[in-house]
Amino acid sequence: MTAIATPPVTEQKTTTAGPPRKYDAERLFNRVALGTLIAFALLWLVPLAWALATSIRPAQEVVTDPTNWFTANPTLAAYGDIFDAGKLPYWYANSFITSILTTVLTVAAASLAAFALSQTRFRTRRAAFVVLLAGIMIPGQVLMIPQFLALQSVGLLNTYWGVVLPQVPNVVAVFVFKQFFDGIPRELIDAARADGAGWLRTYRQIVMPISRPVISAVTIFVFVGVWNNFLWPLLVVTDPEMMTLPVGLTSVQDVFGVPYAQLMASAVLGAIPLLAVFLLFQRRIVEGIAGTGLK
Amino acid sequence: MATTTAPTKAPGRGDRWAGPGMLLPFALFYLVFLVGPLIYTVVAGFFDASLLKKGLGDFAGLSNYAAVLGDDEFWRTLGNTLWFTVLTTVPLVLLSLVLAILADRFVRGRWFFRFAFFAPFVLPSAVISLIFTFIYADQVGLAQQAAKWIGVDTPPSWLGDPDWAMISIAAATVWWTIGFNFVLYLAGLQDIPRSVHEAAAIDGAGPWQRIRHVIVPMLGRTTTLVTVLQAVASLKVFDQIYMLTMGGPDGSTRPSLQLIYDTGFVEGRVGYASTVSLLLFVVILLVSLVWFALVRRAEKER
Repeated sequence: MTAIATPPVTEQKTTTAGPPRKYDAERLFNRVALGTLIAFALLWLVPLAWALATSIRPAQEVVTDPTNWFTANPTLAAYGDIFDAGKLPYWYANSFITSILTTVLTVAAASLAAFALSQTRFRTRRAAFVVLLAGIMIPGQVLMIPQFLALQSVGLLNTYWGVVLPQVPNVVAVFVFKQFFDGIPRELIDAARADGAGWLRTYRQIVMPISRPVISAVTIFVFVGVWNNFLWPLLVVTDPEMMTLPVGLTSVQDVFGVPYAQLMASAVLGAIPLLAVFLLFQRRIVEGIAGTGLK
Repeated sequence: MATTTAPTKAPGRGDRWAGPGMLLPFALFYLVFLVGPLIYTVVAGFFDASLLKKGLGDFAGLSNYAAVLGDDEFWRTLGNTLWFTVLTTVPLVLLSLVLAILADRFVRGRWFFRFAFFAPFVLPSAVISLIFTFIYADQVGLAQQAAKWIGVDTPPSWLGDPDWAMISIAAATVWWTIGFNFVLYLAGLQDIPRSVHEAAAIDGAGPWQRIRHVIVPMLGRTTTLVTVLQAVASLKVFDQIYMLTMGGPDGSTRPSLQLIYDTGFVEGRVGYASTVSLLLFVVILLVSLVWFALVRRAEKER
């Protein structure tokens, strides 16, 4: 993220070696580029800012003058309404619990599998890797009917496990872990093995401690993915007290109908946890995404 | 693929099962929740399976396939899905490419652009839908207001007009998800060595020429990846459509996944829905394979 961009360098180069016309072109281009970027960035912030501005306006004002941004009487009334009407604390808790459970299981199972595929040798290793990779091509949403039937038959509808278990086999997570493990020096593993450490101990005490960056990247993208998942919890959870935040939020709309201050307040309440995660872990999220398949 | 060499030490006893053993927990999840359901989907497509009865029901042979392929609604939802995919993939690839190239020129303030473009991506689709329900609302919505400001006297009902509904949903989707591609492109740009920029600059190439002849071609692999990921993601669209229009008005935005959801879970026709699932899976597979084949050929010719 701290890499040096080209413009300062090229500007120097062109001022000393190139004709002055080039330098002007470079400067003009930079100005146009910056202007375009800022215009787009502001445009991109409008919906968020508008939602926030509307959520703190008195409901009456929103009705009479909906597109006004500013209010003389900011109020948190809409937030109070949401808390009173919905089951928001439940939804936060449910989202939190299911996301944590899924993330822990995914990171554990995927990293162990990736370690086996990367460092151990067994006859069907390559075949196993190819079969796993093929799983990337299977869109999970297309399998929702049999997944639903399976969970129904073992009585896991309306439970945390029903939300969690089908989201655990995350093939991309295995792939990302394996990419990282492949880069671990062979000597490190061999030395641990020569000292008599078993594979599991090598994994736990040698490999996992040096894999912090990739663990946090996978943790964040799995967590965000599960937190935001809509279709699957919509299917398996019907009990309002078991709903995750995204599913619960859509039921708020049914309760309030049109009042937009309340709708925007629920949007803001739904956005806050993830915006916080984003601001705290910006770099890790970006690394996680950049690592999903580029290199 | 692993490039490490085989261990010099002969594996001891018990080693033979270490690899498969550590693979087992993930493999179990994989078999139970991916492979098993895939097999079930294939099988159920040949039966009159129903959500209300236990078991697969009567053997139906190819009648589900005949019914689905002869169903206008199947083709219409597939058409809607493809239309949405085109409407989102094109701007999401081109615009993110342009914005990333521009942002890459500025070190200071890059965090601001990353925040502006990427922050929406981490939000749940439910939040996006709430916000855009208001933005696209008739009379009171920001989108109609903005249209009036720029001189459109009678802006369309963004979500209520069959001609505009899908476009409006696609625009919201572009706003929501562009950050992902933006970041992939920024990562791709970081991989271009600085010497390449400098060499081009010394050769007298202006910024525009450098972008056209050096940067964009060097981002070719990223563009392939971004396009395929985007197309596959768009073919699976459901959330925002379900929440913004429920597939309406008049079915004009109903995607394939909603047809599966409605026939499978609302009407309980599991056999029929399984057939649609499998056909959608085949479409997704074909799109990615065809794209990769095209790219491979283009790369060979170069």
